[in-house]
Amino acid sequence: MELTLGLVAGPGTSRANKTGTWRVERPLFLNIKCVACDLCIMLCPEGIIDSNNERYFADLNYCKGCGICAHECPVKDIMMVKEEK
Amino acid sequence: MEKLWEGSRAIAETIKMCRPKVISAYPITPQTHIVESLSQLAADGDLVAEFINVESEHSAASVVLGASATGARTYTATTSQGLLLMLEVLYNIAGMRLPVVMTCANRAVSAPLSIWNDQQDSFTARDSGWIQLYAEDSQEACDLHLMAYRIAEDKRIMLPVMVCLDGFFISHTFEPVEPFEEENVKQFLPDYQPLHYLTPKNPLTFGSFAEPDKYTEARYIIHRTLEESKMVIRETAEDFKKVFGRGGGDLVEDYFLEDADFAFVAMGSIIGSLKDLVDKLREKGEKVGILKIISFRPFPGKEITTALEGIEKIAVLEKAVSLGSGGILVKEVKESFYGRKKTPQINGFIVGLGGRDIPQDSLENIYREFHQGSGDASFVDLNYELLGGK
Repeated sequence: MELTLGLVAGPGTSRANKTGTWRVERPLFLNIKCVACDLCIMLCPEGIIDSNNERYFADLNYCKGCGICAHECPVKDIMMVKEEK
Repeated sequence: MEKLWEGSRAIAETIKMCRPKVISAYPITPQTHIVESLSQLAADGDLVAEFINVESEHSAASVVLGASATGARTYTATTSQGLLLMLEVLYNIAGMRLPVVMTCANRAVSAPLSIWNDQQDSFTARDSGWIQLYAEDSQEACDLHLMAYRIAEDKRIMLPVMVCLDGFFISHTFEPVEPFEEENVKQFLPDYQPLHYLTPKNPLTFGSFAEPDKYTEARYIIHRTLEESKMVIRETAEDFKKVFGRGGGDLVEDYFLEDADFAFVAMGSIIGSLKDLVDKLREKGEKVGILKIISFRPFPGKEITTALEGIEKIAVLEKAVSLGSGGILVKEVKESFYGRKKTPQINGFIVGLGGRDIPQDSLENIYREFHQGSGDASFVDLNYELLGGK
């Protein structure tokens, strides 16, 4: 991919840039005590937490590991765990 | 026919000929008369342009950034504290490859407060990616502005250009200037055709986010383009000569260098004083010449060493200082000679800070002391009484 002059780009570049590589810790959704309050979804600054009928999950392509979800979870059902390779 | 214009008026009349669509600026001494004239021209309908008044230089730079991104030819002018306030935006304009042209009416930087001339302000912006051209007099300042738009908008370059002229010495001095003919200017500088431009029909991001795997390349491209711009500046200067019949505007210009054993190197209006001195010394048979640097960015290292080939002593005069390091221009001139078998003796002299006069006696002293002895490189004409006698 060749860089464009002045890095001019069409819309959607924040989707193309996978900012998840910045992460040091990832949220681990335990899905044990969860009361389905959706606070984690609403407070995630990246808007990348979602849920289905079974569980909650984060899109790790973009999650920067800020830990707000874990901090705010009223029943402490989210743990931040170190990213280790 | 020549007109007797104040430097600022001459520049405003030149900008009018360049047909910018958007002008934004915040008044600051000694730039004020330039934008005051342009504001009047726009208000009177003599210049069809949007003149946008703003609350600061940061906003003025941001307005021309945005306007340039929509595909308009733009202009701004500032100096000193105003330029420092713009600095963050200046880096963005260069990084987004927007061909903005601005005037810097060179002035000292606070503190202590000084409204007078030196070149510390534009030197501070030297790493921002802007092309920087320095004018010796009003005529050259006008000519460089016209060339600046051509160079900036050249599809091989697409970088902003700052035309630097010494505050008061050029901006407030009345000099005869040859005004431009509209027809010639239109031939030399056609309307701006942008490569990309912002429109609601085609949304774009300028200067988008670059991860570490792309940032270095993006910066390298600007550096490489600045190197390549040397050729375009030279081409543009040649074309200018063809259309308008007068020279100047190349990267460097020499004055009696051919048989010289001593040379002054400097930029801006001080060249005029140096020419007077050299004329006087030449009459006495002394072999002294001058190398005027017009383009500080891109830095014409090769052109400097070629022009100064065989010269034994070089005095680099500059109106700026990197506090804690020393002269800026002198280091770059020295670096150009590094690694060559025979290098001249090069000394740097810091002169004219904060509007201090540079009388011919001082210049002659620099020549005498350095030519005959070692001549310590340093701040020239320090008043030791003010320093407690030390």
